[in-house]
Amino acid sequence: MIRVVIPYHLRTLTQLTGEIRLELEGQATIGNVLDALEQTYPLLCGTLRDHTTKERRPFIRFFACKTDFSNEPAHTPLPEAVLEAREPFLIIGAMAGG
Amino acid sequence: MSDIRVLVGTKKGAFILTADGHRKEWRVDGPHFGGWEIYHIKGSALDPNRIYASQSTGWFGQVIQRSDDGGQSWNPPGTKPEDLMGSDGMPAGQSNMFVYQGDVGTHKGFANEPQAWSFKRIWHLEPSPTDPDIVYAGAEDAALFKSIDGGASWKEHPSLRSTKGELWQPGAGGMALHTILLDPKNPKRIYVAISAAGAFRTDDGGETWKAITNGLVSSMELPDPEAEVGHCVHRITLHPSRPEVLFMQKHWDVMRSDNAGDQWTEVSGNLPSDFGFPIDVHAHEPETIYVVPIKSDAEHYPPEGKLRVYRSRTGGNDWEALTEGLPQQNCYVNVLRDAMAVDTMDPCGIYFGTTGGQVYGSANGGDTWLPIVRDLPPVYSVEVQTLP
Repeated sequence: MIRVVIPYHLRTLTQLTGEIRLELEGQATIGNVLDALEQTYPLLCGTLRDHTTKERRPFIRFFACKTDFSNEPAHTPLPEAVLEAREPFLIIGAMAGG
Repeated sequence: MSDIRVLVGTKKGAFILTADGHRKEWRVDGPHFGGWEIYHIKGSALDPNRIYASQSTGWFGQVIQRSDDGGQSWNPPGTKPEDLMGSDGMPAGQSNMFVYQGDVGTHKGFANEPQAWSFKRIWHLEPSPTDPDIVYAGAEDAALFKSIDGGASWKEHPSLRSTKGELWQPGAGGMALHTILLDPKNPKRIYVAISAAGAFRTDDGGETWKAITNGLVSSMELPDPEAEVGHCVHRITLHPSRPEVLFMQKHWDVMRSDNAGDQWTEVSGNLPSDFGFPIDVHAHEPETIYVVPIKSDAEHYPPEGKLRVYRSRTGGNDWEALTEGLPQQNCYVNVLRDAMAVDTMDPCGIYFGTTGGQVYGSANGGDTWLPIVRDLPPVYSVEVQTLP
């Protein structure tokens, strides 16, 4: 089971509160987590990744265990702490800057 | 007496303003989709409870929202359990998926380099006048999409981009298909306008298109001022009783065509500036048109700091300033192209929203104005429903 946190605007869009808990089939990679997220919540399709290319949207960031996974390929495995639900997989909207 | 519902899209959400037919006491409801840009929100003429909204942000992209109860509740189409379901039990519709069809090709980039078409957002939604489940969407990068299932899925009319699309080039504001006019007398005829590409017409339901730019002159914007494509058309409009008569606000010049866009003539006349964005037609007087001049392409605010709507009762050329109730000093807001609309009451009501967050309304064809609401986020769009 993977814990996932999505940005505020996507929580309001999907009417979800708090963390999402996903059961994964297969290896826990960035891509597999996103696939499971979109299959469970189809409303998120297109909001994190391009519909067709599946590339991360430019202002979306993936963090876990104090590490930025945003530019890692989709097949990158996630840390053990995430697999064991000790740490969440964070999906962040990049800062706008001030 | 009918009630009036004004649909306002802003930089940070949608607002719904309602009043009875007196149009004096207004209720403000919102923000809906707080924090999201609402580029456009428009209702079906056939079913006023059916409203579509284009919701987007740079972070999370495009979402299409639909209400079936006049804006009280909203859902992205195709995502409720009772909506379309695929054989795998998952919703089959993808209401925010806009994919360019066929051999997508390229348009020009800012440096004239070939650039692949790339979807950014939906600028305009145009519900069909004959079926509340049919709706058209104008996209950036410029393309026309159509849904026949209430917005749950979309398919492009790719032939529009074949109309010299390889020569289209974005302006600084983006290459957006921002205006869609559906001919109420001819279901096969559609007009569209594209920022920095021009105006186009189909007479066969979107199978083929032609540029309708004869008579447009863009001497400061194009190397060939009378080129077939490349004109920055800000907005076109028509009166439903005469869909072959078009009015255009261009990047400079107010124009008129009496033959469905085959030929245009300038009708700027005595306007203090012929630069602006919105243009609209009185609901009952097809020769009465409205514009909101701003100073120039470099200064997007009203001349002399005076917010003035201009009205022509002669289809252009002779214009009068409408100022009563509008700020006549220190006003430096703009009115964007989709931010003006009329109701069908008698007398006709006119409404517009500004980049300063005000929405003004006139219950008498523009003779006098009242602020309906102030201090909204910058207003992107205004549409009006005259409720039965």
